Amino acid sequence: MGLGSDMYRQQILDHYKNPRNYGELEDPTFSHTGENPTCGDTIRIDIVLADDEETIERVAFSGDGCAISQASASLLTEQLRGMTLTELHELDRDDVIDMLGVEISPMRVKCAVLAEKVAQDGAKIHTGEFEIDTTQTE
Amino acid sequence: MKASTTDPLDTERIRADFPVLQREIDGTQLVYLDNAATSQTPEPVIDTIAEYYRTYNANVHRGLHQLSQEASVAYEEAHDRVAEFIGASGGREEIVFTKNTTEAMNLVAYAWGLAELGPGDEIVLTQMEHHSSLVTWQQIGKKTGAEVNYIRIDEDGYLDMDHARELITDDTAMVSVAHVSNTLGTVNPVADLADVAHDHGAYIFVDGAQSVPHQPVDVEAIDADFFAFSGHKMCGPTGVGVLYGKRELLESMQPYLYGGSMVRKVTYEETTFEELPWKFEGGTPVISQGIALAAACDYLDEIGLERIQRHEHALAQYAYDRLTEFDDITVYGPPGDDRGGLVSFNLDSVHAHDLSSILNDHAVAIRAGDHCTQPLHDTLGTAASARASFYLYNTREEIDSLIEGIDDARTLFA
Repeated sequence: MGLGSDMYRQQILDHYKNPRNYGELEDPTFSHTGENPTCGDTIRIDIVLADDEETIERVAFSGDGCAISQASASLLTEQLRGMTLTELHELDRDDVIDMLGVEISPMRVKCAVLAEKVAQDGAKIHTGEFEIDTTQTE
Repeated sequence: MKASTTDPLDTERIRADFPVLQREIDGTQLVYLDNAATSQTPEPVIDTIAEYYRTYNANVHRGLHQLSQEASVAYEEAHDRVAEFIGASGGREEIVFTKNTTEAMNLVAYAWGLAELGPGDEIVLTQMEHHSSLVTWQQIGKKTGAEVNYIRIDEDGYLDMDHARELITDDTAMVSVAHVSNTLGTVNPVADLADVAHDHGAYIFVDGAQSVPHQPVDVEAIDADFFAFSGHKMCGPTGVGVLYGKRELLESMQPYLYGGSMVRKVTYEETTFEELPWKFEGGTPVISQGIALAAACDYLDEIGLERIQRHEHALAQYAYDRLTEFDDITVYGPPGDDRGGLVSFNLDSVHAHDLSSILNDHAVAIRAGDHCTQPLHDTLGTAASARASFYLYNTREEIDSLIEGIDDARTLFA
């Protein structure tokens, strides 16, 4: 078997079928949306920060798309709780792929990293580092 | 002896002409069902390319040495061969070699559209246009102030011809339509649309990228003013496309690409341009690809386009019937007995990209995504779809492999 079904190990299918932290938060500190225009994957991430304005207290995601994009969003939200924004910005695409625990075929990497990019861009917009409407990964 | 037009194809013999079809993916025989994206290349076409580079590679039009003469004659005659293939009686003067269908579309949009269009003019497209046509005319509309309108499709994926007759008016300058939809498989009534366009003094550009490879096409019977297609979807190489234009139209248009090859007399102040079609082929043209495209025309004609069409039609019907057996599969476009050789669909529980990845484990190659028709997918209410597209070498057994792969995906995601 090639990359395809290796990509769909139990963990990914489980998170796709039973996404964790799915939904929208009331009064999030910040909320941001991203998409892969060519795939149609969309992810929105809502984050509530603790009083220190740095620690992620609550997180939720919503969206639509392929199993890889949705499962990585679900897995990421589990990691994010308790993390600081500095730690969030330190995450790179290898961290996300490690988190998924499977090899991701080159054409699908953009699906895997969408949620991470949305969270990071959302945080940067919140702290005034830059301004964009929607995150896109290619 | 050439086979009769009704003889079924001997797919086993045809498959032997295509070396890549012998490939295995991780030990499983390749099932190639992505022909609407690009077709595979038969030995005679590969040999033509190799022979060119091995024996007479030279630049065309200008050299007086033996190799250049041979290359020039072969390249120029390739235009005549392509003209014959699509029924263009004007021969080479009506055939411009471009990079692909998109470039052919841009050539007309820039050389004709920028010069002729302005506020108050209208361009009519269909909701099922490929981005090659849709994006090009949309952007030319923005540059010129011309308005772009889209002929609606009905729920079965047919063009709403009443709406077409409503949209095409005396203000319409250009009607640009896909001959066969690369997503829905709909075969559009392009000759009827040409009549409507001409009744209102408009031109019609037919995008034949999904028709010329698969069925006999006669541009004069359609009465197309412009017609375009790509070599790599019809057993030819990548890098060559074709623009057909009625001679008087091409003559009236200014060049699109300036430079070498397309000129006659150049001074520091002025330039006079070459005759058709060379005035539209600036720079060293697509020599080996053009010659190989003519070889692809020979290959397809030898087998017979009617037979290929019949074969694909049967495959599309079979695929449609097998896919519609399942309640959790949505098939887009017209019924199985009335479509080109492709089927786009979605499996309810599995995103098209996930499905394609799983099918890859069965060595089944399909396309997943928006197929360069994002607005059409918006109209269909989905971001992406899976598409199986067939050609002369495909078999019913390969469609069975597709269905088995889909079963596997369904089980995995259950």
